[in-house]
Amino acid sequence: MVDASLPTAAVTETDAAHPAVRHAFGMSVTACVTGVAALVAVGLLSASSGAAGLPVSGVFSALFDWIPLIGVESSLSATQESILFEIRLPRLVLGMLVGGSLGVAGASYQGVFRNPLADPYLLGVSAGAGFGAVLALGFGLDLGWGPFDTVPAAAFVGALVAVVASMAIARGGGASPATLLLGGVAMAALFSAAQTYAIQQLDETRAREVLSWLFGQLNTTGWKQVWLLLPYAAVCGAVLFVHRRHLDVLRVGDDEARSLGLDPARSRLGVIVAASLLTAAAVSVSGLIAFVGLVVPHIVRLLISHSYRVIVPLSAVVGAAFLAFVDIGARTLLAPSELPVGVITAFVGAPFFALVLWRDRWSTT
Amino acid sequence: MRSSVLTSAPPRISAPSALSCRGVRVSFRDVEVVCGVDLELGAGEWLGVIGPNGAGKSTLLRSIVGLTDHHGSVALGDGQLPSAVDVALVPQFPVLPKGMTVAEYVLLGRIAHLGWLARESRVDRHIVSSVLHRLELSSFGDRLVTTLSGGEAQQVVVARALAQQCPVLLLDEPTSALDLGHQVSVLELVDDLRRTEGLSVLAAMHDLSAAARFADRLMLIHHGRIVAQGSPAAVLQSDLLSAVYGTPLTVQSIDGELVVLPAPRRQVHS
Repeated sequence: MVDASLPTAAVTETDAAHPAVRHAFGMSVTACVTGVAALVAVGLLSASSGAAGLPVSGVFSALFDWIPLIGVESSLSATQESILFEIRLPRLVLGMLVGGSLGVAGASYQGVFRNPLADPYLLGVSAGAGFGAVLALGFGLDLGWGPFDTVPAAAFVGALVAVVASMAIARGGGASPATLLLGGVAMAALFSAAQTYAIQQLDETRAREVLSWLFGQLNTTGWKQVWLLLPYAAVCGAVLFVHRRHLDVLRVGDDEARSLGLDPARSRLGVIVAASLLTAAAVSVSGLIAFVGLVVPHIVRLLISHSYRVIVPLSAVVGAAFLAFVDIGARTLLAPSELPVGVITAFVGAPFFALVLWRDRWSTT
Repeated sequence: MRSSVLTSAPPRISAPSALSCRGVRVSFRDVEVVCGVDLELGAGEWLGVIGPNGAGKSTLLRSIVGLTDHHGSVALGDGQLPSAVDVALVPQFPVLPKGMTVAEYVLLGRIAHLGWLARESRVDRHIVSSVLHRLELSSFGDRLVTTLSGGEAQQVVVARALAQQCPVLLLDEPTSALDLGHQVSVLELVDDLRRTEGLSVLAAMHDLSAAARFADRLMLIHHGRIVAQGSPAAVLQSDLLSAVYGTPLTVQSIDGELVVLPAPRRQVHS
């Protein structure tokens, strides 16, 4: 793209940026539009597919009818409408929220740790949440309070305990990304061991229940889970969105970041707290859904841009579309029984990830 | 007439001093690396900091932008503490992140100017494209920084510093990785910017001849202390330099420009 013939002396200063500069800035808009279009398409596909097939046009009209001030004659029957609004949509929206949350959290972790292999479960969120859930499910603890059910509450608390413990350990080591990562590894190992021991003490039915939770699934009872996750998704998502440029600056290292006017420790803390809280909330309603937080930012990076200005918001969109799409398979492949969605994401994610790694090696050597 | 987008208008500094340091001391584990340095950088001036490796040149620059803990005071001409919108540092070994385009890299210089929503405005983008245009790097906008040659990369790092729109530019041995031709062109670029945009430049330089050519004033430091300062002709004395650098050096004047060379090896005849 280098235009060597450009007569630089003759170029007058104008507001119009050089095509190469415009190109470097301008590609995110098309990508965002494409991503959102894909999300809508997946949404319609998901809402209309399942044991009771709903016609896409009917879903479309019912959704339009639902929007205030728009009156469209819905072509769905009353039963179909209640399937759509009470079963399909809550699950679809939850899948999108969880997928988007994991995508954004994964992108943020990768930025903060300057490591493309980082994922939202890096600081022990998964192990902590798992241990909490095992305790609650297996030993019949009653931690429910208000709208919060026992298992989500226990998983949420366990996840936060693990993250805070990781950060507390790292604090002594100076809280650089490397020490934080090691703190996370230590905590994850500890909580996994505790979780394994606890599962071993359970009887078979309860152990099975625990395992199915650990695999991750999008089981909904109406809109309840959506309402539980939504505040975290909104607040933490906003915090991470605001920090997206900080993640770009952090890529040049702490020293240069500081000389550019950023406080690296403070940015890192803000991002880690928000991403961990978001992950804990997502895990508490859906269990441990693997690979979304790892793979989705990579897809964006490969296809669109390496800049976190683009990766953070697009990871939300792509994560939402990806999990919603995969969940169609989870619901329909073995119908009438159901596959845990986490199993499918891992099945799809692991080979894809290997592909990314190989491609990366080819392109750098 | 050139629109001056590269410095904030009106210029913040009307006093003759752009930056002043008083008694700057830096120690690493009980070893004092910078031992009480006073310096005054005039507005529009190029002050060259010279001295052998380990003399404390980089540490001095790093302490001015707050990258190392230090004692003593560092202040702008108006008495304020410098921040990233006042003093821009061109680091000695810049990190060039994988997959980042030149335009995105230069945009990093705007982070201190962004509001709390961290949204870059049209002004920020305009500044980036103006800086690239000014450095004749526009056609590089969508190149990846990792694919640039050493000289191009150094120019892009200078471009990022200019995008910070600071009246004071600190250069930490900006040309140490470059061949002779690129050394001169990068320094000439900075000199040109200094004249057209009114920047003040504080540069740690290891090439003494280049220092003599570009700096208005030189400051020779050794073991963290100022040994000599003044005009290049006053500081570049062969006896002094030979003592500080620990090897015989000779200063010659070629066409009115000072050139520092290793002293010719004496032929020992037996």
